[in-house]
Amino acid sequence: MSVVTETTARSEENYRVTRSRRNVAWTWIGALVVVVVLALFPYIVYSGTTTIMVQAFIVLTLASMWNLMAGYAGLVSVGQQAFVGLGAYFVLLLALHGLSPFGGLPVAAIGCGVAAVPLWWLVSRLRSGYFAIATWVLATTVMLFIEKFPSLGSGTGMPLPGLSGYSPTLLVAYTYWIGLAVTVLALGTVYLLLRGRLGLVLTAIRDDEGAARSSGARVGLARMLVFVIAAIGCGAAGGVLAISQLIVQPSAVFSVQWTAEMAFAVIIGGLGTIEGPILGTAVYIILQQTLASYNAWYLIILGLVAIVIALFARRGLWGLVDEHLHVRLFPVGYWLWAPGSNGRRGLRLRLRLRRGERHS
Amino acid sequence: MTEPPKGRRPAWTEERGTSDEGRRGFEGAPEASGKGSGPEASGASRASTPLLEVRDLTVHHGQLRALDHISLRVFPGEVYAIIGANGAGKSTLLRTIAGLHQPTEGSVLLDGQDLTRLRPERRATQGIAMVPEGRRLFGSLTVQENLQIGATYAREGPWTIDRVYEIFDWMSQRKTQRTAQLSGGEQQAVAIGRALVANPRVLLLDELSLGLAPVVVQRIYAMLPQILATGLTVLLVEQDVSQALRVATRIQCLLEGRTTLEGRPSDVTADQVEAAYFGLAGAAAAPPDEGTEP
Amino acid sequence: MDWVNDVIQGILTGGLYALFACGLSLMFGVMKVVNLAHGDLAVIGGYVALAVITITHIPVLWSFVIVVPIMAGFGYVLQRTLIQAALDRGVLTTLIVTFGLSVVIENALLQFVNANSHSLGTGNSIITSSFSIGSQIQIAYLLLLIFVVAVVVLLSLQYFLSASKYGRMIRAVADDKEAAQLSGIDYRHVFGIAAAIAFGTVALAGIGYGMYSQFSPTTGTDTILLFAFAAVVIGGLGSLWGTLVGGVVLGVAQEIGSQINQSDQLLAGYIVFLVVLVIRPQGLTTRRAQS
Repeated sequence: MSVVTETTARSEENYRVTRSRRNVAWTWIGALVVVVVLALFPYIVYSGTTTIMVQAFIVLTLASMWNLMAGYAGLVSVGQQAFVGLGAYFVLLLALHGLSPFGGLPVAAIGCGVAAVPLWWLVSRLRSGYFAIATWVLATTVMLFIEKFPSLGSGTGMPLPGLSGYSPTLLVAYTYWIGLAVTVLALGTVYLLLRGRLGLVLTAIRDDEGAARSSGARVGLARMLVFVIAAIGCGAAGGVLAISQLIVQPSAVFSVQWTAEMAFAVIIGGLGTIEGPILGTAVYIILQQTLASYNAWYLIILGLVAIVIALFARRGLWGLVDEHLHVRLFPVGYWLWAPGSNGRRGLRLRLRLRRGERHS
Repeated sequence: MTEPPKGRRPAWTEERGTSDEGRRGFEGAPEASGKGSGPEASGASRASTPLLEVRDLTVHHGQLRALDHISLRVFPGEVYAIIGANGAGKSTLLRTIAGLHQPTEGSVLLDGQDLTRLRPERRATQGIAMVPEGRRLFGSLTVQENLQIGATYAREGPWTIDRVYEIFDWMSQRKTQRTAQLSGGEQQAVAIGRALVANPRVLLLDELSLGLAPVVVQRIYAMLPQILATGLTVLLVEQDVSQALRVATRIQCLLEGRTTLEGRPSDVTADQVEAAYFGLAGAAAAPPDEGTEP
Repeated sequence: MDWVNDVIQGILTGGLYALFACGLSLMFGVMKVVNLAHGDLAVIGGYVALAVITITHIPVLWSFVIVVPIMAGFGYVLQRTLIQAALDRGVLTTLIVTFGLSVVIENALLQFVNANSHSLGTGNSIITSSFSIGSQIQIAYLLLLIFVVAVVVLLSLQYFLSASKYGRMIRAVADDKEAAQLSGIDYRHVFGIAAAIAFGTVALAGIGYGMYSQFSPTTGTDTILLFAFAAVVIGGLGSLWGTLVGGVVLGVAQEIGSQINQSDQLLAGYIVFLVVLVIRPQGLTTRRAQS
């Protein structure tokens, strides 16, 4: 962040601060167009494509949640599969008691948020690396706990009731739409949160935790809030997973592979930006589709690419795009315009709202 | 020694030339009145190349320029003091000489050899030892172990762990105690000892007085003659200006990364030091020496 | 008094867990690195041992002579290259890199070997049998051997750290790596040594595990990593004795759990871990609460 000092006296009113370089309204219209087009997919594409899209929605939701935690709040969790599984099992539980899975999904997501509070309390005192493994232990413990219930299928899992009344095409379409809805909600929530007060608090914490505390920022509360929101998001994705698979099995829904996929998608796409997870999910889906028959290969390559990018292109693929084109689809930073500048060349005083790394 | 100029005498000039300790501190120094105790004391055998030289050093912390084209030369046997206010860049200078920071421009030379690209551990084995700001002892290690670490890659020379125990007579009784349990002054002594046992050629002392009571600081600086007597050269950074002026053969004042004053303590007036320290208008009245031999 | 036998079994298993854990603890203590691939390294040790045994027909009990130095060397190289590069870039990068390493290792094993479980077996030595104390207690020679080896290794490591020159250097670098540089110590080399020790011990533990039980590509993360971590947390960071205590407590908890209900073995261990985390986060053997 470079500061240019001006020696001529100018009045403050001539300086403007905006959220983005161009009119944000265009972004909203663009996003709306994209969502509408996506919503029409079940009418225009084959069901094979919509199935892939549902998977993309799940990973994108998970990725944006992981990004929120790691990229903005500094919480690196390798145990988010706990909430994926909990979300799936909540949907199952509700369906077993008569509530339609589609209706049960929001309830399940909220349930995950509630469950996240005591889980946060267990691990919140741990430092980064140990926090990470502790979340993994937590996820395993949750899975082992759920496996004890025969009514939920124990270790072998149970098919999801309540969906047999739908015709196959309709089921595919509904599954797709709920996946789309969850993803749009997830991305939208993250965006609005980061633009708002929480985003400011998170930046302050990142820059100087002590100073943030003394200015009144509730550091612990902010982090817990992020953890809970991420739990809700992952739980919702888990619900979509249950609906799309039509069966809930512990080893599948609690698999650490979900964490691998969401973390790698974020790293490759770009940590700390909202656009990054989108790009990363796209990369993931492409890789997965091209290497579909070579089961373990896409994870090997995904992992290797993530390692390389983490070491050499720390802001991910989106970071490379951003650096050269200065595009922000989801602007959460600030632009400072010096007086007399036209609309194109604002002073590049970009207070970037993203998580950098401190060198130890 | 020339008399300090008449007129207003700020606190840091009061004790100069009056206490025995203070005068003894100059015994090893080049301009001493012939009572030198070390081989480097007599002006005749003075080496003409500096032992430690810094040329045009510019150091950045991110975007902030901490040092701006700093140069200095330290000759063998000297006590060279860098003074200045907080944030002037003094510690940055010492850390860059030790190798913990990489300069943006400029070079560091030891006995003519360019060290600028060397990592800190290599510079240590070449003969630079630093007592860092805040002591930075290995808290979970004992006194003895801290000294042993200092001696890990020691050069040939008169300093041994036993010699350190001799000059700090309380230390050997506490040698199995963890250094985290020592007082500030005791820790400072161990930190100095840790640097000495490596038998360096140049000893860098970063803010010895920080966080210590004045009495303790005096006692520590009183050790300096014994250290110099073994042939060491000292470059020290000190916020306590009177202390620095008492022990130094030459001083340099930094302000916001630039040199505002250079010279011998006897050649500068209190007003000049004060102006250089605070950056008051008219500080340019004493142009810095361009490294002429003392 | 059936529970006496259970406790003894738990204690003996705990020795193995402690051996798994000491490398994790060492790497964190010295480099502040939580190596998420730690468990997978034990599995690699097992597979390398399998390969070595197959190629050289060396007796299983002696396979460690070849495998441990190989793994230690691998650890030094990996630390000096990949992990140091990640460390230079920050905590987050280090976690991502070690996690990525774990995923890559597991899936590479799945791809290039297979998904089946393997066991190193014990050859045809007497240690396959067990002996009895009284009528209630039965101890397998193999398990006892593993326990003894674990304690010996931990003791040696403790002695090495406290009394040797390199051990002192490791402790100094762990305290303050910049100050160590000022004393002429290249901390990257010291990190490498620490990593070599960590990789070597975990490979040894992997061989022991492979002899006693079975391993597959995912055992590293399913089992070993979490056990090692639980042992470290229960026992307390900062001392190898703590790791032993932690391992033993974990082993005993698991054994008692399995007596209650066969499927509760793992759960019991993790519950004890969570309880310790809540009640005494600094661990059972550490005196003060760590930040």
